[in-house]
Amino acid sequence: MSGPMRLADGGLIDRARPIRFVFDGQTYQGYAGDSLASALLANGVVLFGRSFKYHRPRGVMAAGIEEPSALVQAGSGGRYEPNSRATDVFIYDGLQSQSQNRWPNLSFDLGGLNSLISPFIPAGFYYKTFFGGPKLWLLYEHLIRQMAGLGMPPTKADVDIYEHRAAFCDVLVVGSGPAGLAAALSASAAGSRVILAEQDERIGGSLLTDPAIIDGLSSDQWIAMARETLIGAGGRILTRTTAAGYYDHDLVNLVERLTEPGQTPGPDGLAQRLWRVRAGKVILATGAFERPRLFEGNDLPGVMLSGAVRTYLRRYGVRAGSRAIITTDNDDAYRTALALAEAGASIGAILDSRPADGVRSALVQKAMGQLPVHFGAKLIAAKGSAKGLKGASVLIDGEVTALDCDLIAVSGGFSPVVHLHMQAGGTLAWDELSGSFSPDQARQNQTTVGAAAGADGLSATLLSGWTKASVKAKPKAAPSCAAEDDVALNIIADWEPAPQASLKKAFVDYQNDVTAADLDLAWREGYRSVEHLKRYTTLGMATDQGKTSNLVGLARLAKSEGRPLPSVGLTTFRPPYTPVTLGVLAAEATGAHLDPRRRPALYKTHAAEQPIWQPVGYWHRPRAYPIGAENLHQSAHRESLTVRTKVGVTDVSTLGKFDVSGPDAAIFLELICATTVGKLAVGRGRYTIMLREDGMVMDDGTVWRTEENRFLLTSSTGGADRMAAHLSYVRKVIAPQLKVAVANVQEHWAAVAVAGPLARQVVSSVLPQMAVPGHMSLDRGELAGVSTLTLAASYSGERAFEIYAPSDQIGPVWAAIAKAARDLGGCLYGLEALEILRIEKGHIVVGGEIDGRASPHDLGLSKMLRPAGGYIGHTALQRPAFNEAGRLQMVGFEAVDGPAIPEGSMVLTVAKTLPVGHVTAAGLNVIKGGSIALGFLRDGFSRKGESLIAWSATRNQTAKVKVTAPVFYDVAGEQYRD
Amino acid sequence: MLLIACPNCGPRAQVEFTFERPMASIVTPTETLPDLIHKLFTRENPRGPSWELWRHTYGCAGWLKVHRDTHNHQISAVVCIDMETPS
Repeated sequence: MSGPMRLADGGLIDRARPIRFVFDGQTYQGYAGDSLASALLANGVVLFGRSFKYHRPRGVMAAGIEEPSALVQAGSGGRYEPNSRATDVFIYDGLQSQSQNRWPNLSFDLGGLNSLISPFIPAGFYYKTFFGGPKLWLLYEHLIRQMAGLGMPPTKADVDIYEHRAAFCDVLVVGSGPAGLAAALSASAAGSRVILAEQDERIGGSLLTDPAIIDGLSSDQWIAMARETLIGAGGRILTRTTAAGYYDHDLVNLVERLTEPGQTPGPDGLAQRLWRVRAGKVILATGAFERPRLFEGNDLPGVMLSGAVRTYLRRYGVRAGSRAIITTDNDDAYRTALALAEAGASIGAILDSRPADGVRSALVQKAMGQLPVHFGAKLIAAKGSAKGLKGASVLIDGEVTALDCDLIAVSGGFSPVVHLHMQAGGTLAWDELSGSFSPDQARQNQTTVGAAAGADGLSATLLSGWTKASVKAKPKAAPSCAAEDDVALNIIADWEPAPQASLKKAFVDYQNDVTAADLDLAWREGYRSVEHLKRYTTLGMATDQGKTSNLVGLARLAKSEGRPLPSVGLTTFRPPYTPVTLGVLAAEATGAHLDPRRRPALYKTHAAEQPIWQPVGYWHRPRAYPIGAENLHQSAHRESLTVRTKVGVTDVSTLGKFDVSGPDAAIFLELICATTVGKLAVGRGRYTIMLREDGMVMDDGTVWRTEENRFLLTSSTGGADRMAAHLSYVRKVIAPQLKVAVANVQEHWAAVAVAGPLARQVVSSVLPQMAVPGHMSLDRGELAGVSTLTLAASYSGERAFEIYAPSDQIGPVWAAIAKAARDLGGCLYGLEALEILRIEKGHIVVGGEIDGRASPHDLGLSKMLRPAGGYIGHTALQRPAFNEAGRLQMVGFEAVDGPAIPEGSMVLTVAKTLPVGHVTAAGLNVIKGGSIALGFLRDGFSRKGESLIAWSATRNQTAKVKVTAPVFYDVAGEQYRD
Repeated sequence: MLLIACPNCGPRAQVEFTFERPMASIVTPTETLPDLIHKLFTRENPRGPSWELWRHTYGCAGWLKVHRDTHNHQISAVVCIDMETPS
């Protein structure tokens, strides 16, 4: 025996395999096949946790994934999961589990005092506190954070491996109960490729609780036959696998758990797997959830769903109590009563809310012969504590009576599990008698079968699965069950609590502590739409998403509204169906695998210099090459000063590069570029900007005419992919008639930039046979045995050249240039120096000044625009708003005697007023010293000389600035011209 | 997630594609300013089927005209950009 409540035999547990586990520091023993809930119940544990808001004692309500109350945290360190349902964790040797939301411990809980002050925490408490002003919230927040909540978040990174897998099938069957198995067998017999997903660790569904004779086989044998048949036909059966989300075009996400929460995985280290299944057809055989009922203390430990009581008894060999009361509105609970009685429990009463004059099934008649059955009877209140139930107050024949009990089995009818059907965009039909929604219209290729479709009784369930799964003719008839196993529910839904019951402790949403009184109050306060009611009271917003109790709440709202239940509406069913770990969603995409890392061709050469790296999009580029103990700032300043006074070498291989050729190449580029292209002479290039259709600047770069009908277009590193897509769009969609070819040569060419007063000398020393090209000209030559192309263009503001070579041959080219530069006292420079140099020159950059909101006018580039127009964005530039006053225009800022201009500042006229502009990039005057910046200012072009304030709220820094032109060095451009 | 039948590559998952814009929002270089403003900023947002421009970015990189119902995501036709739009 593994505890006082365990039966001597029976159930699907293996008594030969005891398993030891820990709950709240105490070691218990269970058996293989036990859930944590069943193993704890077997040991006589009734208290599983404290409730979210009132810290009320809670036990186990259900036996499956719908459990609202018995939440635990399992595992420790890097292998840990909070908010797991004890009913959905199968025990393993060494399982460490803990109850949640209790302090200092489960049985003595200070927060339980909340229960005493609960009249002061009514519905909409949070909202009322928020609206009460910030001071009130600040007062409560500390208290709430301490007392409310669920499990603790993990403190260490997950150590396990998760993976994604894609799969395809003709038919995906979700759920392996009698309907699911019949459906899978039917589809398989019709020749379909089948995947069967079951969230439990074994297939069989309700047959595991209610064995039956099917086609002359015991249900165990029938399940085994189904497994063999499906696998024999090439099907796949995934157990411990939950269909978490149903997306468009019949894509279903399945989460397969290869380990239980906190469990160490097998040798492959895999904890969970996410299957993305694209199915030809999806069969939803997801069953139904039993509903709780409204009575006082309906959340106490010892109050359980009737079906769950039977599952613990039959599947796990655990009798959850010895003196039971049953409250029901259907026949199913009679099976529980009879099973309990057979297992030796006494039945105090079966309180059946259905009228006394109804038609009685054979099952009910059988129970009436053995047990105290009362029709038209209700449960008023359960009495008990954290230690369990002490009794109940009941209403029988209009009289209030006290009964003794330690277990209350509740059945408030059944709600078909329509979550996936609804996620797939289906509609529902309402059945008033049974008080349930079942699927009506499907929007995708989904079909719901069995109890999920409202089928009543095993025979109808099997038939529904068999016939609806496949329309093809089948070789044999539908499976059928023995008559005595075909129990219909005969639900007569009754939402009304007994008039004597206090609703202040009649819970609707157990996990979020929402009572029937809360719902009534919210309605009186005017929250009458179901969506408002939900958000105001938090009904159905907990991790269980109101699986058991949402309909009870809706019925309450319908009663207040005086309207039929379907007309008050339903809230939206959203994925995931049950909570999904972030680990399985992320899978391999963590750490270094989150994004690809693109390495320029010279990556290893740079690495040998031990630079400070900087990610630029996916690229990894050197930010600075510090010498000795230099920090980033010192290194970047030395590098930029060397470029200004001698010469520097940097890797510009990551720039976007496009080879544009063909008879219409110039016409095509005049669509792309807002500058003149057609008039370029062969061997010449120029700076250019590209606009979006709305007139904003998209990117900038250079365009070079390498041959009469061939151009090289460069663009920014960060915008290269966007530019590639834009060029393709214009070529294929806007101007397909043009005879032009565009090749993305970004990674074909690597490029080395040489800049500084001595740059010309470096180029002539490494390319002695080539005449050094003049500014914005190009030439070719052989360098270190490699054919190279030299473009004379300057980004730094100094005389500069970019030397292009095929990526796989750039090594010797770089080495030769770097050596020549160093021989002249030059150095390597990185992105930080590049940034300092370009800020000083006022050269715009994508992501800085080119921020998607700046037109060419705003950037001071109007004079560059091709007067004839015809480029993309030209029409939009006529929009009146571009010429209105108050536009943010690009200017420079210079710090005036005092602190440096903070990066990312706002620009203000007077302190503590609304900003009139902002800083896009802060830098320094390389030679003269002093803090400078680029940025935007309202009507900035006409405000030169004004004194303003640059203020960074996040850095809490302020600087006095003077507005200048956005160029701080060599305004006339004498340094780089010939 | 949509399943888009690329005429070049066959049915592929939506993650391989990029939505560009409704076909009705394609702006030609000769567009008048009012038409451009209408197409870019005040365009219709139909509930129901309409032609859209997609690109099979991580497949054949081709531009595709996709007839998609914005209400239920049903895709009734996919053709290459240089093919006639079926009526």
